[in-house]
Order: sequence, then C-alpha cells, then structure tokens
Amino acid sequence: MTPASRHQAAIARVKKGWQAFARNRLALTGLMLIALLAATALLAPWLATFDPTQGDLQTTRLLAPSGTHWLGTDDQGRDILSRLIWGSRITLLIVVLVAVLAAPLGLLVGTAAGFFGGWVDALLMRLTDIFLAFPRLILALALAAALGPGIENAVLAIALTAWPPYARLARAETLALRQADYIAAVKLAGASSSRILLRHIMPLALPSLIVRVTLDMAGIILTAAGLGFLGLGAQPPSPEWGAMIAGGRAFVLDQWWVAAGPGAAIFVVSLAFNLLGDGLRDVLDPKGSE
Amino acid sequence: MMLEVRNLRVSYPQRDGRVIEAVRGVSFSLGRERLGIVGESGSGKSQTGRAIMGLSAAGACIEAEALSFDGQDLLQMNEVARRRLRGSRLAMILQDPKYSLNPVARIGAQIVETLRTHRRVSTQEARQRMLASLREVGIEDAERVARLYPHEVSGGMGQRVMIAMMTICEPELLIADEPTSALDVTVQLQVLAVLDRLVRERGMGLVFVSHDLRLVASFCDRILIMYAGRVVETLDSGRLHEARHPYTRGLLDCLPRLDAPRHPLPTLQREEAWRHA
Amino acid sequence: MLEVKGLRVRFGDFTAVHALDLTVGEGQSLGLVGESGSGKSTVLRAICGLLKPAAGAVRIGGDAALPLSRRVQMVFQDPYGSLHPRQTIDRMLGEPLAIHGIGDADRRVREMLDAVALGQAFRYRYPHELSGGQRQRVAIARALMLQPQLLLLDEPTSALDASVQAEVLNLLDSLRRERGLSYLMVSHDLAVVTHLCERVMVMRQGREVETVSASQLAAAQVGQDYTRALMVAAEGFRREA
Repeated sequence: MTPASRHQAAIARVKKGWQAFARNRLALTGLMLIALLAATALLAPWLATFDPTQGDLQTTRLLAPSGTHWLGTDDQGRDILSRLIWGSRITLLIVVLVAVLAAPLGLLVGTAAGFFGGWVDALLMRLTDIFLAFPRLILALALAAALGPGIENAVLAIALTAWPPYARLARAETLALRQADYIAAVKLAGASSSRILLRHIMPLALPSLIVRVTLDMAGIILTAAGLGFLGLGAQPPSPEWGAMIAGGRAFVLDQWWVAAGPGAAIFVVSLAFNLLGDGLRDVLDPKGSE
Repeated sequence: MMLEVRNLRVSYPQRDGRVIEAVRGVSFSLGRERLGIVGESGSGKSQTGRAIMGLSAAGACIEAEALSFDGQDLLQMNEVARRRLRGSRLAMILQDPKYSLNPVARIGAQIVETLRTHRRVSTQEARQRMLASLREVGIEDAERVARLYPHEVSGGMGQRVMIAMMTICEPELLIADEPTSALDVTVQLQVLAVLDRLVRERGMGLVFVSHDLRLVASFCDRILIMYAGRVVETLDSGRLHEARHPYTRGLLDCLPRLDAPRHPLPTLQREEAWRHA
Repeated sequence: MLEVKGLRVRFGDFTAVHALDLTVGEGQSLGLVGESGSGKSTVLRAICGLLKPAAGAVRIGGDAALPLSRRVQMVFQDPYGSLHPRQTIDRMLGEPLAIHGIGDADRRVREMLDAVALGQAFRYRYPHELSGGQRQRVAIARALMLQPQLLLLDEPTSALDASVQAEVLNLLDSLRRERGLSYLMVSHDLAVVTHLCERVMVMRQGREVETVSASQLAAAQVGQDYTRALMVAAEGFRREA
C-alpha cells in the first residue's frame, strides 16, 4: 500500500511498530500492567471502598485479609487495598515527573555535548559528572535537610540524579550519528546547528533514550519507595507505597500483610516497566530492522 | 567430484508467514577446478557459498537433493563433524578483512589458533608453520606482521592474512566470497596473484563468488550466472562472448568501457521470465 | 565554475592533500581518480566546506549573492548512509527548501521526483523501503533541489550493482546536459569517470599526478607511469598459463 501523504506514512510506520511490539507477549503484559496502574490511579475515588487516611483504631486494627478487607488492614485501622489504590497516584506521579524532568534535560545536554564537541562537550560532561557523583539517597537526604521532606522534593532529588546517564547515552548516540552522510547533506543544504540538533539528531537519539528511561522506571520507583521508607518522601498519612512498607516493618512477623501488600505492588509495577522496556528495545532499536 | 550440489534451496521463513527464498534450486558439481559464481546483490550467490560451508544466518532453512563434499552428505552431518571439516578441508575467504579478522587478537595468534584447532602440533611447530604461511602469501616480513593487530595492516595485507589463515591447514576446497571487492584496483591484482598461485600449486578447488563478471571470467575456468536465486546460464570463461541469456548479455553490455564510450549506456531490462529460467 | 588554488588539507599531523590546483569550467566536468588514501574524497569535502582546509583558496562561480549551499551540492557515496533513516523522501527533499524559505515545495518535490525517474509512489516512503539505486536517485534529487550549478559527486555508483550503475550514470549524464551543470566527480573506476567527464585528474597520496582528457585516456596517451599502472590494473587479471 503506497502512502499518499506524510500522515499516512507516519501512521503506517506506527502500525508496523505496534505489530512488532505486540508479538512479544511479555512486553504486552508489561504494557497491560502499566495501563492497569494508570487506570487505577485515574479511577481511585471509585475503586477504593475505604478511606485511605482515616481508620478505626478500635475495631479494624491489624485485621488479616478477608472478604471485607481483601489485603487486610494496617496498624492505623486503614484498609490496605484502598491505600494501595490511592497510592498508585503517587507512584504514577513520581514516575511521570521524573521522566518529564530528567529525560529532556539529559537529551538536550547529551546531544549538545556530542554535536558541538570541544569546550561545550567538556563543560557539559563535567557538569554531568558532578551530578553523576551523587548517590540518589544521599542527595535526597541533603535536599530534605535543605528544603524539608515531602514528595515534591523527593521527585526533584530523584530527577536530579536520573538525568546524567541519559546525557551520557544521548552523547554516545550523537557522536556516532554526527559522522553520517545524511547529517553532512543537511549541513550542506545550509541548516543551522540548532536545526540539525533538534530535527535530525534528537529524533534518532530518542529511541534508545526511551528504552533506557523505561528500564530505569523500576529503579526510580524503588528509590522513591526507599525515600518513603526513610521518611523523606511522602509524609504520613499519605499512602505512598514505600512509606507503607516502612510502617509495616514493625509487624512483619505477625501481621505480614501490612508490608507484603505494598511490597507486591512495587514488585509488580517495577517488573511491568522492565518488561515494557525490553519490548520497546526490541522494536525501537534502529540497528535491528532498518 | 569434490563437491556435488543438486537443487539447493535456501529460504528464510519470516515471522509473519512469508518466506524469503534466497536460493531457489542451484545445481553444480566441482572437481579440482575454478568455478565462478556471478550475480548482483540479491542473486543468492553469497547464500550459496555460505550454505555449502554451513555458515548461513540463523533461521535459514536449507534443503537440497544432494549437498555433498567428497562423498560425505553435508546436510546430514552434525555440527561437530561439520566443524571438523571447516577450516581443515573446506575453507572460506570473506570480503572485508576489517570485519572478518578478530580485532583484538594479534595476526600470528589468530593463524596459530586456526592451525591448532585442526592439527596436533607443538607450539614451536605451530609458530614455524604460521610464519611459513605468511611468507607463502607474499608477506616477507612475517615475524613483524605476526605481532600486529588487524587494524594495523592495510586492506590488501589483511586479505592476504585471511588467505594465509584459511589455507594453513591445506584445505581441498576454497570458497572465496568477493575476496577483492573491498580493495583498490592495484592491490586487487596482487591478492588475486597470491590466490592464483596457491590454488595452482596445491591443486585446490575454488569457488569464486563475485559481482564482477569480467574479473571472474579472467580468473576461473567455468562461470555460473545467478539471478533471483537461480542459475540462468553456465559458461566456460573463454566463451563469455558467446553468452546467450539476455541477463548475461545485459551484464556484459552495461559496463562503461574506457575504449568504447557509449552514450547512453545500455541498461538491463529485467524480465519476469528470468525468475523462472 | 570552480577554481581551486593551493589547497592543503591536514588531519592533525597527517597531510591528506598537498597544494592542489584544479579548475572546472561552466558546463564542464572533471574526474578525480586515485586509490584509497589519494585524498580525492577529502578534496571534495574541503571544496564544499565540510572540511576546513589548512591553506589554499576555493572560488565557486555562479551568482555571488546566493549562499554557498545554492551554488554547490554533493552526492555521497553510500546510498545506505546518505539518507536519514527516519524521514520520508518527501521530508528529505523538502528540507533544503524549508531551510531557505523557498515556496511552492509541493510542486518542486513532485517535479524533482519525475526528473530522477522515481515515480510519485516513492514520495512518502522511508529509505529502508528503497533499493540502493533508488536511494541514490533520491540523493541526486536532494542535491538538485536548491538548483546548484556545481555538483560534487563522491563515488556515486561504486556501491551499486553494475546494471543499476548504468542507469544512474545515464541519469547523471542527461541531467548534466539538460541543466548545464558542472561536475567534479571522484571515482576509483577509470571507465566510469571517463564516461561522465571530459577531463580526468589522477591523484596519488594527496598530490596531482597528471591531468588528461578522456579521449587521451581512451587512446592510452598518458604521460605518467602511475596512470599507466592504473589503466593496466583496470583491465583485470591475467592468468599465468
């Protein structure tokens, strides 16, 4: 079928990519799970049957999983399932914010460094190195100490430590692409450096970056959970999954469900992102088919 | 007959059900002679050579009525037996030494490795034989070159190293897949001279795969012309001008000639019928 | 159309081109022949500005008011590497027009696809859907979008099959005659170069060996031994009986 316009060509291309992706059952599973996460977050008010922040200390404290409370209740008498459902909003927020902050920054810095070379490259890469040198949790601690604890600061801390590897990746891709004849051709046509970077190089560096970010998501969720565990992320009574595990730590031997619920949720979502990322890599890797 | 190929078919089944047929029924036999296989990209010439060696890409489906070397059925052979043949009795030279030599091993070490895979020799003797093989291909300064890495030598020398490595075990059949296409014109002649001498002195059978019809005609005894996975014509190289198939004639005509300028150049009009020749 | 004097190109310590002079008249074509390492491709890149020469002057004719990109363009060697893998043919041909704010892009792209004998069906396809010969036609079309008078050709057919090469050579030939273009063409193949060019300069290790006319080459009236060696090599292998 001959495409008759730019639109048709783009749509045909996306369709082919989707078909290639969908052939991978595991990747499709990952995608479904993430879609489920998004749906849960969106429909939280209607899905959660109990109040996530307020519980009855007298009657519903530390109840085992049952017909009414599918995942049991925690030490504050709150239904764990409802908390997980509301907490999915926080997880999704963290994931999206970090991706939106860190990925474009890394892409911009990396492609600029790779394309211009010289002192621009040196400057940007040393800047990258500085941020790369900080372990996430330590930086989060520092930010929490400086700005106070809270989910926004946690997100900022994670994003600030997440972008350097993306910059490195984008730079590596750009260095290889820079030599290509098609870049020389568009330079010869009189394109400015910014035009070449934005319209010709970045679209090519994007696929591997997307894969990398997706695979990173699992780690980001775990880091956020870790921060929550340390009390630096979302503050009580916010139902952030990591904080929930921390809360359940004291009861893990007798009332295992308090920590197991959020633990399983984190595991499933991290796994889903990993599967999705692997599937994306098989489809988006330009060396593969084209 | 050293090599017997009858109705060789190489196909690649795709995930969506289609099947890409690279070789569609090629037959020939080879004694101690030089056979050239000529075709353009997509003709299946390289796939034929690789199928004989057992080096087809993953996912290849290889069938034939007969595919035998020295009476042994290559299709029925298990991988262990195939590997024993490869390098010691059946060898292959590839196009670009940049990609076919191990970039992180010294040249001498790579040649020795090939030798010791197939022959029981002491370290001392292996080294002596390796140096001798380098000298055989015209590399006088063998000791020095043996210590170099592949990226430190020129294309022509790299190809000679490849020839040395592939012939050190004195194979009976050599398949050369575009051995000089990546080289400069003057270097091509040098490498071909080395190949010519080796094949002559050792009485090797040679299958020379190339897109260059004239080159193959000047080097080989017989030529197979391949198009779309099939052999469309077989010629003695001395009788190139008597070629009858329109594809062969087209190939001969469409090359620009220094002494006979033609404007415009005659071009090939591909006929659907050629696919079913 | 093109005047080069004393061109010197260096890569660090290594001098790729030593003090080269050459000229190409209007509507004329010059071939650069040599083996790898002769510096011939480097000369092309230095002329169009992709490489900065260490010394020498390059003067390109045509309307001096026009920017360089509208006076000289290049066709690259590798059809598999000279087209952006994620852009449609339409986008690639329209890009030079967009950069210079030239309107009427739709008509121009359509006409150029016809001029290089690629049907309109190819307009919205991606490079990986095209064969080597088709990609090279796109490369030629792209080079001509800005209507330059001088075209630099870097081994435009060496990666193509013989039959496809003939078609592309014919196309280049007719385009030159129709549009009065000047060509500076690099090749390692003497026959290909003499097909398109009236004059041929033989290069070796960054220097000119000699410049002859195509007819002189055809009649083997050459001065230098190196040129003779190249011609002999081009004839092919001679088997010892």
